[in-house]
Amino acid sequence: MSRAAPMGGRIFTPRFNVLLALGALSCAILLWRFIVGLGPTTGMNDGYPWGIWIAFDVVTGTGIACGGYAMALMVYVFNRGQYHPLVRPALLTTALGYTVAGASVFVDIGRWWNAWKVPSFFWTWNFNSALLEVALCIMSYIMVAWIELSPSFLPKRFVRYLEKALPFLIALGILLPTMHQSSLGSLMMISTKVHPLWHTQLLPLLFLISVIGMGYAGAVLEATVSGRAFRLDPEWHLLAKIGKAVSFCFIAFLGIRIAGLLLNGFPGFGANGMTLLFVAEMALFAVPAWLLLDERRVRDPGQLFVASMLAVLAGAVYRFDVYLVAFDPGSTWHYFPSIPEMLVTIGFVALEIAAYTFIVKVFPILPRPARSNP
Amino acid sequence: MERRNLLKVLFAGGAAAALPAAARTKRTAAPDSVGMLFDATACIGCKTCVVACREAAGLPPQAKDGMHDVQTELDGQTKNVIKLWKDEKNPAAFTYVKQQCMHCIDPACVSVCMLGALKKTAGGPVTYDKDTCIGCRYCQVACPFNVPKFEWNSATPQIVKCDLCQARIARGATQPACTEVCPRKAIIYGKREELLREAHRRIDAHPRFYVDKVYGEDELGGTSVLYLASVPFTKLGFPDKGTRSSPSVTESLQHGLYQGMLTPAILYVGLAAAVIRNRKKDKEGDE
Repeated sequence: MSRAAPMGGRIFTPRFNVLLALGALSCAILLWRFIVGLGPTTGMNDGYPWGIWIAFDVVTGTGIACGGYAMALMVYVFNRGQYHPLVRPALLTTALGYTVAGASVFVDIGRWWNAWKVPSFFWTWNFNSALLEVALCIMSYIMVAWIELSPSFLPKRFVRYLEKALPFLIALGILLPTMHQSSLGSLMMISTKVHPLWHTQLLPLLFLISVIGMGYAGAVLEATVSGRAFRLDPEWHLLAKIGKAVSFCFIAFLGIRIAGLLLNGFPGFGANGMTLLFVAEMALFAVPAWLLLDERRVRDPGQLFVASMLAVLAGAVYRFDVYLVAFDPGSTWHYFPSIPEMLVTIGFVALEIAAYTFIVKVFPILPRPARSNP
Repeated sequence: MERRNLLKVLFAGGAAAALPAAARTKRTAAPDSVGMLFDATACIGCKTCVVACREAAGLPPQAKDGMHDVQTELDGQTKNVIKLWKDEKNPAAFTYVKQQCMHCIDPACVSVCMLGALKKTAGGPVTYDKDTCIGCRYCQVACPFNVPKFEWNSATPQIVKCDLCQARIARGATQPACTEVCPRKAIIYGKREELLREAHRRIDAHPRFYVDKVYGEDELGGTSVLYLASVPFTKLGFPDKGTRSSPSVTESLQHGLYQGMLTPAILYVGLAAAVIRNRKKDKEGDE
C-alpha cells in the first residue's frame, strides 16, 4: 500500500531555475504583445486566425493533461479502486494543464478586457456557439480541478467540510471534460475550411474517445517520469494495465473514424499530401494501440514509456491537424508560428513543469511506496 | 445503488444524446430584407467604391507608395475591395470581382459568436458590436468567405467588416457608399427579392454574357449579397460547398447532443451516484 507524501528536496535546482527563466522570458514577450498587438508578435493572420496558442496550448495541451479525467473515469465510474494512488498526480497535471490553457486563451484573445463578460453576461450567451460551451466548461473545470486537489494543500480541519461535497465535485470533474473535450471537436465542424478527411459530424465523438486514450497515456507517462525522477518505483504492472485502456480507446477511434469515412466515400482521399498525412496519423494511432494491447510487450518501463509517448503524440497530432494542418483558408494564406510566439508557449510549458515539481516536493501528491517511507 | 441501476442511468444519458436531433428548419431571407447585387460584367475596376467605402467607414487610405491605393485583399483597414481575375491561358479574358461581407441569411459568424457581438438583423445586414466582442476570432475561423478581418496591429483590436453602411443609413442616406458612387451601377442596393428578380432578368436577357447562376441565391443557405459573372464562380474564388448553411448542420448536431441540457443532467446524476457508491467501497485510499 502506498500513501501520498511530499517528495521533499531542494526547490531551486539549476533545472528549476532554467524553467523559471524561460517563464520570465515568455512574460516579457507578452508585455510586448499587449503593447503592440498580435500582428507584430505572432505568425497569425486573417487566414489563420488561430495559431499554436490555441491549437497547441489549449486544444492539444488540455488533451495531454486529461489524465485526471481519464483516471477519474477509471476509478469512480469503472470502479477500479487499485488505481486510486494515480488519481491525484494525474489531477495535478490536469489542473496545471488547464490553468496554462486558460492563461493562453487570455493572451490570445484580442479584447481581453472584455473576457470577464463571458461568464457574467449570461443574458447575452449564444448557446449555438460551441466555443461558449468550451469557455464556460473550461473555466469551471479549472476551479473544480483545483478544489478537488485542495485536500493536499489545506489543513485537515478544512478538508472535513470539503469531504461531504467531494463526490459531487468529482462527478462534475468527469462531466465537464466529457462536455468540453467533445465540444473541442464540434468547434471545427462549422468551418468549411477543414479538409474533408478530418471534417466530419463525428468530430465530437472522435475528440472524446481520443482524449480519453490520450489521458490514460499521459497519466502513465507522468507516473513513469515522476517515478524515475523521485525514485518511487511505481507499480509497473498496474501502469501496463492502464496501457490496455489506451489501446481500447484508440481501436475504437480508428474503427469509428474509418467507418465514418467509408460511409461518406472517403472524401478528399487520393494522391495528395493531405492523404499522406491522414495515413501517417492513422498509423501513429495504430502503433501504440498494438503495443499497449498486450502487457507483455510493455513490461519493461522503457518500452512502456515509448509506447505511451507515441500514444500521447498520436492524440496530439490529431488535434493539431484538425485545428491547423488540415485547416486551409485558401492558397494566399500561410501560417508558421513566430519565434516570440513559440517562446511564449515554451515558457508556459516550462512554468507548468516548474509548478509541478514545486508542488510535488512540498505537498502530498505522489504515492510513496510504504517501504521507502522513513 | 445497484450497479445495474447505475448503468441504466448512464445509458439513459447516452440515449438522450442519441435521440433524433430535431433538424433545424432552413432559414429564409426576411421579407423586405435588403442586400446588394454585383454584376461583374459591368464593373470596370475603377475602385471608386473602395475609396467611398473607406471614407464612409472612417478608414484611412492605404497608399503604400504615397499616391495609389492599390488594395488587393480585405484587411483590418479595408471592408470592400475590387479584385482582378485573369485567365492564365488567355490574358484577354479578365473580370473584376468586388468582395465584402456577403451578409449570409444564416451566417456562420453569428452562430459561433459567444456573446452575440455579431448579429443578423431582420433588415438583412450582419452587424458588429465591439462591446461584447472578446476578440476570440472564431468568426474568422467559421466564415466560409474569409470576410471578417482583425486589427492585428492594434493593442485594442476590433473585428472589421462591411455592415451595409448602417451608421450612414441611420444618418439618412438611402444606400451604402459603394452602391451610391458606382459609375456603372455594377453594384446596386435594394430589397433582396427584387435584386434576385433583376439578376435572373439579366441572365435571361443576355444568356451569352453570364454563367447561368446567381451566386448567393442558394449557396451555403443563401446570402444577401448576390453575384452575376461571365466566369464560373469557383474560378473567381467563391466557395462551392453546397446549399446548406454550416450553422444548420452544427446547430442541429449540438442541440441534438445536449437536448436542452437534458443529456448533461442525466449524465451528472449517474456520475454522482457512481462516485458515491465507488468511494464508499475504497475509503482508505483517499486519506
